[in-house]
Amino acid sequence: MEFVVFWVPAVLAVGCGALVFRFDSMARATFSLLASLLCTGGLVVLLGLDYLGVVVVLMMTLEMSVMAVFMVMYMMNPAGLTPMTMTHNTRAAAVVCGLLFALLAAGILSAPWPDRRGRPPDDPTLDLGMSLMGPQMLTMMTLAMALFATIVATVVLATRRGRYDRLGDGLRARRADDPVPGGVGR
Amino acid sequence: MAEHPPSWAVFALPVLLAAVALVTAGADALLAAGARAGPARSPREAAARAAAPARGVLRELVRQPRRTRAADVALVRVGAALLPVAAMLAGVVLPLGFRSVSDLPEGVVWYNAMEALAWAAVWLAGWGPNSALSLIGGYRFLAQGLAYEVPHMLAITTAALGAESLRVGGVVDAQSGLWFAVWMPAAFGIHLLSALAMAFWGPFDRPAGRDVAGGAAAELSGVDRILLLGGRWLLLVVAAAMSVPLFLGGGHGPLLPGWAWTVVKTAAVLAFLLWARRRVPALRMERWTEAAWVVLTPLAVVQALVVAVVVLHR
Repeated sequence: MEFVVFWVPAVLAVGCGALVFRFDSMARATFSLLASLLCTGGLVVLLGLDYLGVVVVLMMTLEMSVMAVFMVMYMMNPAGLTPMTMTHNTRAAAVVCGLLFALLAAGILSAPWPDRRGRPPDDPTLDLGMSLMGPQMLTMMTLAMALFATIVATVVLATRRGRYDRLGDGLRARRADDPVPGGVGR
Repeated sequence: MAEHPPSWAVFALPVLLAAVALVTAGADALLAAGARAGPARSPREAAARAAAPARGVLRELVRQPRRTRAADVALVRVGAALLPVAAMLAGVVLPLGFRSVSDLPEGVVWYNAMEALAWAAVWLAGWGPNSALSLIGGYRFLAQGLAYEVPHMLAITTAALGAESLRVGGVVDAQSGLWFAVWMPAAFGIHLLSALAMAFWGPFDRPAGRDVAGGAAAELSGVDRILLLGGRWLLLVVAAAMSVPLFLGGGHGPLLPGWAWTVVKTAAVLAFLLWARRRVPALRMERWTEAAWVVLTPLAVVQALVVAVVVLHR
């Protein structure tokens, strides 16, 4: 039973990942990648890390759905109605990948791995929360502020209209001049 | 207090959810017909009106399916089938009384992850048929999703925070005294609003709105159409039923057994949503996004802060 529960998502994850490069359609490629990531989330659950696995499923679903919009927007031939390829410079890429794989495999096989000490905690979710929010609270707060500042900065840089367009040069307009009427306070 | 369910519960859950969804759709059809053609003159006419959704299902099954040119049939099928499956999977953690099919240790996150699959499902069903109107419907749902998801996550996190447990059973146990809806009213309200938005139903039905000829469902026919539109009702039922263990005390209540209280409370929430639908105009996604980000998200954060302070000083 455990054999099936591991190998089915494992094979599906790798298979769907490979299919991303076979599909012509951006929609198919995006959701093939999502299927691969969902299977990976299932494997994380199998490791006993239920919370992380479910969060992987949640985050990847939302993220890949939004990603589909961008894939369709920026890639040529989004609907895949004519053939296209997702791979470029295949020969050099194959050589680089082969070398990297050999290097990593040699490292894995030759490294002196330590024996396991201790045992897994009763509640991995609690331990995860404690290790993130306990001693690393300052790191997490800084990280959160940095991420939030990045989001705000990106939106400010990306938007064509600022507050002076909305409320006039002195910011004194009583009604904001927005391209979409309605909304909060108007 | 959570008990183990019998093994047949796994098979009973989809049947039960589908039955509740069909009854809810029937009640909605009854109200809609009453608003259109006046009150029913006989019980028989009322029954005929309430059976309209069931007749619609049968009609779709025997009707010749429509096809669009150069459609991505595989994606349509995946999208249409994913919506009811996601709703059923989210329903796994729903307790009837104090027993759910699986009271997962991270039940609240599981429910959130499963209903999030609707994002992928509706976009796929909108993209697949190679039709402009259904494509608009799919994109509308993503925009609506970006609006409702952040306040929604904060609202259900607040309930878990108040109970100090991610287990749905734990959240129910924490409400043996005071219901969470009483001291977390903002989170409860946001959860009900996002239940409507995630099922793209009622005031939030623009992704499948009449102005785009049915939106994401415009080109679907046959089983695909039944699955997508039925999955939408299932999602509404599951999200409304989820507000009972999260905010309305689950199976807790005097005199009646736990399961009866769950049924009564779920029916009350669904009846309120059916009633509210007829009192509120449709809301466009861009207006809703602004309200959700400018008003509801800060409100949800403040609500979570209040609950966190109460929990710390308990």
